Amino acid sequence: MANLASFTAWIADYAEVVNDQADYLTDLDRAIGDADHGSNMKRGMAKAAELAGAEEFASIDVYLKKVGMTLVSNVGGASGPLYGTFFLRMAGALADVEEAGAAEVGAGLRAGVEGILARGKAEAGDKTMYDAWAPALEAFDSAAGSGSDLAGALGAAAEAAATGRDATQELIARKGRASYLGERSRGHLDPGATSSTMLLESAARTLT
Amino acid sequence: MKKLINDPADVVVEALRGMAAAHSDRLRVDLENRVVYRAEKIRPGKVGLVSGGGSGHEPMHGGLVGVGMLDAACAGEVFTSPVPDQMMAATKEVDGGAGVLHIVKNYTGDVMNFEMAAELAAADAGTEVQSVVVDDDVAVQDSLYTAGRRGVGTTVLLEKIVGAAAEEGRSLADCAALATKVNEGGRSMGMALTSCTVPAAGKPTFELAEDEMEMGVGIHGEPGRKRVPLAPAKEVAEMLLEPILSDLDFTGDSGAIVMLNGMGGTPLLELYLMFDEVAQILEKSGVTIARNLVGNYITSLEMAGCSVTVLRADDDLIGLWDAPVNTPGLRWGV
Repeated sequence: MANLASFTAWIADYAEVVNDQADYLTDLDRAIGDADHGSNMKRGMAKAAELAGAEEFASIDVYLKKVGMTLVSNVGGASGPLYGTFFLRMAGALADVEEAGAAEVGAGLRAGVEGILARGKAEAGDKTMYDAWAPALEAFDSAAGSGSDLAGALGAAAEAAATGRDATQELIARKGRASYLGERSRGHLDPGATSSTMLLESAARTLT
Repeated sequence: MKKLINDPADVVVEALRGMAAAHSDRLRVDLENRVVYRAEKIRPGKVGLVSGGGSGHEPMHGGLVGVGMLDAACAGEVFTSPVPDQMMAATKEVDGGAGVLHIVKNYTGDVMNFEMAAELAAADAGTEVQSVVVDDDVAVQDSLYTAGRRGVGTTVLLEKIVGAAAEEGRSLADCAALATKVNEGGRSMGMALTSCTVPAAGKPTFELAEDEMEMGVGIHGEPGRKRVPLAPAKEVAEMLLEPILSDLDFTGDSGAIVMLNGMGGTPLLELYLMFDEVAQILEKSGVTIARNLVGNYITSLEMAGCSVTVLRADDDLIGLWDAPVNTPGLRWGV
């Protein structure tokens, strides 16, 4: 079961990953976007990770809400509103939850991804972060449905996200700045699908 | 990377501080929110005009703040949209009771952040906000399968024209309708000879060989149509104008307002030479240049190259174009 401490560990872990991988994410974005995904995520997640040390949070949802607002306020680009909305919606789904198991985290992830869809209006196959999230949600639900605990379900979700991320390599972008490249966007991983997969891998390590 | 900077992370705020120092008579800069304002408070009853976007396109947008143009400009990180907090601060500050118009370029990040800001400003302070999304770049195929045309050069012309209308006291609805009309009548196309280097990235955004150029490049170095062999200016002018002229008819009586814009790394010598070529082609095509602008107005850091914007004019637009403007980047009639 994941409690407030697990969620703060998640954000801390992801901030570290994004910090280490900032150049890689920016390189992916340089190929098909505008070369700022890594630096933006690094800046926003560093701020989000500072929250836990700077103030006390009464509950998971209050914490996640602040994480979401911090990302909206500090990331910029499309990633700020998308990741920010993800955490804000996840917070909404986890209101009054003190200990989150697979059912609660699953509901939180689903609400978060619905927020991403509402904000970004992407569909599967557009070569966006949703191409990692869609299979991840499916794998999470399927694992949880067949009796996996939270860690197991998150592990399955992270694996499915990685497969979805790899599949973006051959897609033609239809959303975001990469869409301007048309056919030339083929052959590159989507940066958003890559950072989303990292977020799920972090979750699998920490939300236990 | 060879740039006059200190730390890549501080580029935007340090540049804003310099802008504030350089133009202290006309501008005030909120460094915390990274918003450039006119030095004086908004006149009650005047529609507030807020624009913004990533930094690196100077003088747009901060340099286009002033009498007859913008009231506020939000500066994002280099090539990164600003965040809703900045737009919220700007929107509240320039609400003179007549509402605020957001001028947004069509990039996913800019659109999303401005959308969030408008929602929050309405919920928070009850400010009436309308938005126009500029999407004038003919290099991009406008279809269900892209994010739509990018907002480029027409943004500058729109900010001047709608700025004059707001100054004149037109209502928010009228300013928004005018902005939509300008956007619908404007078309742009750009090209690049070299890449630019985003300070935080440290290396060029793309590679172009000595004998290549990128046609249809965006203002962040994003490619558009194709990469082709380097050609003489005359042919480049043809390649830039062909998609513009085949997209919209500019042969009306009032002619067109034409901007030949440098991307930041091309000398004026070459821009004037290009304007000569553009003027000749337009004349042959039956398009009268009613007004023009030649120079660096919407740039991409040090990228070499240029873009052409052609805007269908009528008497109202030309009158507003001629109205006085006093900004660091654009100044006449004062």
